[in-house]
Amino acid sequence: MKTTDTPPPAEGTEAATRVAKLPAAPQERGGGRGGVLNVFSHGMLVLWAVMVVLPLLWAVMTSFKDDRSIFTSPWGLPDRLHFENWSRAWSQAHMSDYFLNTILVVGCSLVGTLVLGSMAAYVLARFEFPLNRFVYYLFVGGMSFPVMLALVPLFYVMNNMGLLNTLPGLVLVYIAYSLPFTVFFLTSFFRTLPTSIAEAAFVDGASHTRTFFQIMLPMAKPGLISVGIFNFLGQWNQYMLPTVLNTDPDRKVLSQGLVELAVSQGYKGDWSGLFAGLVMAMLPVLAAYVIFQRQVVAGLTAGALK
Amino acid sequence: MQHGKYRFVAGFLVTPLALYAIFVIWPFIQAIYYSFTDWTGLSPEFAMVGFKNYTKLFSDPLFWKSFQHSVLFVILLPLVTLSLALFFSFMLNVGGRQRKDAAISGVRGAEFYKIAYFFPQVLSIAIVALLFQFAYNPRQGALNGFLQALGVSDPPEWLGDPKWALWCVMAVLVWSTVGFFVVLFSAGMSSIPRDFYEAALLDGASRVTTFFRITLPLLWDTVQSGWVYMGIMALGAEAFATVQIMTVGPGGPADSTIVMPLYVYQKAFHDGQAAYATTIGVALLFVTLLFAAIVMRLGRRERLEY
Repeated sequence: MKTTDTPPPAEGTEAATRVAKLPAAPQERGGGRGGVLNVFSHGMLVLWAVMVVLPLLWAVMTSFKDDRSIFTSPWGLPDRLHFENWSRAWSQAHMSDYFLNTILVVGCSLVGTLVLGSMAAYVLARFEFPLNRFVYYLFVGGMSFPVMLALVPLFYVMNNMGLLNTLPGLVLVYIAYSLPFTVFFLTSFFRTLPTSIAEAAFVDGASHTRTFFQIMLPMAKPGLISVGIFNFLGQWNQYMLPTVLNTDPDRKVLSQGLVELAVSQGYKGDWSGLFAGLVMAMLPVLAAYVIFQRQVVAGLTAGALK
Repeated sequence: MQHGKYRFVAGFLVTPLALYAIFVIWPFIQAIYYSFTDWTGLSPEFAMVGFKNYTKLFSDPLFWKSFQHSVLFVILLPLVTLSLALFFSFMLNVGGRQRKDAAISGVRGAEFYKIAYFFPQVLSIAIVALLFQFAYNPRQGALNGFLQALGVSDPPEWLGDPKWALWCVMAVLVWSTVGFFVVLFSAGMSSIPRDFYEAALLDGASRVTTFFRITLPLLWDTVQSGWVYMGIMALGAEAFATVQIMTVGPGGPADSTIVMPLYVYQKAFHDGQAAYATTIGVALLFVTLLFAAIVMRLGRRERLEY
């Protein structure tokens, strides 16, 4: 039973030795059952990984096939790489327009969310004034309300303001609905920053506004990055808000455009073009995630751990 | 720090608060008000009708159906998703066999699993729903292609079969959210001191005991907030998007997949019954708040400091 002290064996023999090695745990009892458990649970881990990755690979593969082979053999490899699916989706199926609209809307609303969210959060975290708690809970409460309820009147509010089916209108709505989490997250972040530096700047004659933009914001950069990634993904992937508030075919954003595409290409039977569009929308986000993996994970989980 | 404080506070709060009030708070208040009127949404005129919409709600079989499905979502989805995620993250962080340098460690390749499991989380729920709509396709889909290759001669129609459709939708929601909670719980587990596990191991505790006696109690706060978060998703935008995109109708076949947010949407934007839609929305608000209150109450325990 000295095997625990030797370096792990080569990959190939791992499964065989795992069972044999387990009884080497400090207590003998339950060892055999632990071995079965180990094989079972490692098997589950592998199975889930396959279940996650396989549908994505299937979509990528299908986007390179022609329509006939999609219909006849769902799992067959493409006879050759049909890149024309991709160019058809990009130009004829308006994927390029959808991308452009999404980049415009998300770009503007992300900046707006971060600027307005950090301003509100800074004031709420650092200054005492009447109604401070009330305003804070007003913002934070927005996280748990069902958005669908507000969308019914909001549709008509936007219509009256002439903002329905416009990209600036969508930007304002994205910002407003991103504020609850942003304010919640950044308020607790600003509370953790030291007060002495801001006080020193203030003593040196900097105004509150200047202190905020030149001293506090740079100090809050890690928090801004986390909440920025969170909002970027949320806004880039947003489906419900544009479905209700932005129905003009020329102004559709990516996720709703794809659903539109599914309906129209479904009629035409152009499944290959549709899969190309789907994969086109999928890959940039997945690639960005793999590259910035640590930051993305930190950004998305930070809020829930607070 | 007092000089000009209130002017600064007001100046920083006015824009975010105004935006939030116009696009979030005001529509919520209006929605509750409209639920007592006969407003169609098509014309600006309406009259107060008292509780008529609410009595209609109680005798509307389709509402009760959507209510049932949403309640099923909010009970089952967090339970299944969080259990899977707890199991996976325990395996990834604590479940590995002993190595030379550390008594406690995750299984091999834990980092790879975490990256792969997280993939669905960065994709838009619209893309995920579209992808699975095709995967579930009875003839050309990946799932039945796979089943037929295994020798299943008569695989189900999945989304076309009222018996299966709702479960298909739930499976997609589980698929797309487990990864997030695996990463979230992993982050929580990594902050539990290693000594606790080593002590348990020396005392001869099995991994199952270790999980229930050490990991789960110390992780409880994170599990609880994850539970609320998942419940809100199961009642809100995620459920709406998956049902609206994937199912026939949407909400079918034979209303077997209708959920509350989708019913609000259909009444408001297809049937011209905006006031009745807000009534359903108010019911949805009650279900959401009730759920959050129950989880908070059930989950209340003494906070463990370590």
